[in-house]
Amino acid sequence: MRDLLRGRLLPWISTLIVLVLVVIVWKLIIVVFDVSEFVLPQPEDVAAGIVDVVKTDGFWGHVRTTLVETLVGFGIALVLGVALGAVLGRIAWLERALRPVIVASQVVPKVALIPLFIVWFGFGVTSKIVIAAMLAFFPIMLNVLLGVRSVETGHRDVMRSLNAGKWATFWRLEYHSTLPYVFAGMEIGIVFAIIGSVVGEYLGGNQGLGYLIVVSLNALNAEQLFAVIVILTLIGLGLFLAVIGLKRFMIPWHESVVGADQASS
Amino acid sequence: MSATRVQATEAESVVDGRAPSGDHFIEFDGVTKRYQARHGSTLALSDVSLSVGRREFVVLIGQSGCGKTTMLRILAGLIRPTEGEVRVEGQSLWRGERRDDEALAKLGLVFQDPNLFPWYSVEENIALPLRLRGVRKSERRERARELSELVGLSGFEESYPRELSGGMRQRVAIARSLSYRPEILLMDEPFGALDALTRDKMNLELQRIAEATKATVVFVTHSITEAVFLGDRVVLLSARPGRLRSVTPVQFERPRELDVETSPSFAETVRELRHQLEEDEEKNP
Repeated sequence: MRDLLRGRLLPWISTLIVLVLVVIVWKLIIVVFDVSEFVLPQPEDVAAGIVDVVKTDGFWGHVRTTLVETLVGFGIALVLGVALGAVLGRIAWLERALRPVIVASQVVPKVALIPLFIVWFGFGVTSKIVIAAMLAFFPIMLNVLLGVRSVETGHRDVMRSLNAGKWATFWRLEYHSTLPYVFAGMEIGIVFAIIGSVVGEYLGGNQGLGYLIVVSLNALNAEQLFAVIVILTLIGLGLFLAVIGLKRFMIPWHESVVGADQASS
Repeated sequence: MSATRVQATEAESVVDGRAPSGDHFIEFDGVTKRYQARHGSTLALSDVSLSVGRREFVVLIGQSGCGKTTMLRILAGLIRPTEGEVRVEGQSLWRGERRDDEALAKLGLVFQDPNLFPWYSVEENIALPLRLRGVRKSERRERARELSELVGLSGFEESYPRELSGGMRQRVAIARSLSYRPEILLMDEPFGALDALTRDKMNLELQRIAEATKATVVFVTHSITEAVFLGDRVVLLSARPGRLRSVTPVQFERPRELDVETSPSFAETVRELRHQLEEDEEKNP
C-alpha cells in the first residue's frame, strides 16, 4: 500500500497539489496587487472562458486545423529526419561535407524564418505545415544521426563474427539500436511542431488556435486568451503522451522506459 | 609444413607452437599484423606460428598489448592478417578480401563483454545465430531451451539481459556462441569482468561445456592461474611486437577440480610463467 502510494499515486497527488497551489497564488496575486481582469482574469473566469470557447462556432475547426498542421508537419519531419539522419550517419564524408550547412541551419533562429515561409507558401495551411516540419525536423535528424553512429562496436563484432549480411545487421541490430534515438528526437520534435504551427498562425491566416489567440488579444478578451492557452497545453500534453506511449510500446526494453517503470512501481 | 613455417620456427628457434598431437586443426602460419596509424605503424603480431589440435584447450596469455586479443580476433575472422595465413582444417579463413563462410561457421566467439542485444530476451539472444541462418522458430526455441539448460539458465529464457547478473549474461553469451554447434570456441577474457568466486565457478562450468560439446577452445586471459587451470597448453606471448615467448604444456587430467590449484606442480607452473611474464615486462615496460 505504502509502495503503491509512493510509486503510482505520488505523481498524481503531487500534480494536484501543485495545481491547487498555482490557483491559490494566482488568486492571491490578483487580490494583493489588485490586478485588472484584462491583464489577469480570475481562475474561475478562465474556466468559464474555456467552456465558452469550446461552445463557440468554429472552435473545433480551429482545433482541427492546428492538429492537422502539427501532425502533418511532424510526419514530414519524421520521414525526412529519419531518412537524412540515417544517410548522413552512414556516409561519413557526406556528413563532413554538409556539416557547415547543418551547423548554420541550427544556429539560425528558425522562428525568424516564419514570415518568409508565409510569403512563399501563402496564408493557408501549407505554410504552417512547412514551419512545423522545419522546426521538428532538426531534433529528429540530429538524434537519428547520433543514433546510427552509436551502434555499439561490440554488437557489431557479434554480427560480424556471425557472418551476418547487411540486411540482417540492419534488422537485428541497427534498427533496434537507433529506435531509442528516433524517439528522443520525436519527443522534442512533436513539441516543436506545435510551436511551429501556432506561431505560424499568429503571423498569417484566419484558422487555428494561434489565430484564435491573436483574435482574443485584439478583442482584449483575456479570459478567452487564457482559455486557448490552456487548451493548447492540453493538446500538447496529449500529443507528447502519445509519443511516449508509442515509445513504451516499441522499445519496452530501453532504459528510458524501464527506468520510468521502476520509478513508478 | 610450408616453407614459411619452417623459416619461422628456425628464426625463433626456441618456441615450438605445433600441437603435440600432431593434428593441426587450427593453424596460424607466419601471421603478422601491422596496424597502420597516422604516425607510422605498430607491429601487433610478428610472424606467429601456432597450431591447435582437435579438442585441445589452448590458453593465450601475456601482458596487455601483447597481441593476444589481436590473435584471437584474427582467428575469429574479425581482422585480416597483414601477412601469413590462418587455416581451419586446412581451409584458409580469408580468400582475398572475403572470409570463407564454411570456415567461419566452425567458429564461435565469446567476448569480454557479453554483448547481448537488450531488445531480445535470453532465448532470442541465444537463438540469434540460428535466426540469421534461417532456422525455423520451433527449432530455434528448442535449441535455445537445450542450451539454457547446458549453461545453467533454465527458467530464464523469457528474461531480458538487464534482469540478469554479470555471470548470467556471460552464460547467455556462451550459449549464443554454441547455438550453431561450432567446433571451435574462441574466448576473449570472457570472465575478466566477473568476481573471483563467480569466475572459479564459470571456469568449472566451461570445462564441463567444452567436454559436453567436444569443442576445441582457444582462450585469452591475463590471469596466469586461470590459464594453467584451464589449458592443455599455455601460450605466452611477449609484447611489442607480439610473438610466441613460450608454450607450456599442462599435464593435469581434464576436467579439473579446483583443488588442482593447491598441488605443487600447479604452483610450479604458475611460478615459472609468472617469472617469464615479469621478465617480459622488464624488457617492455
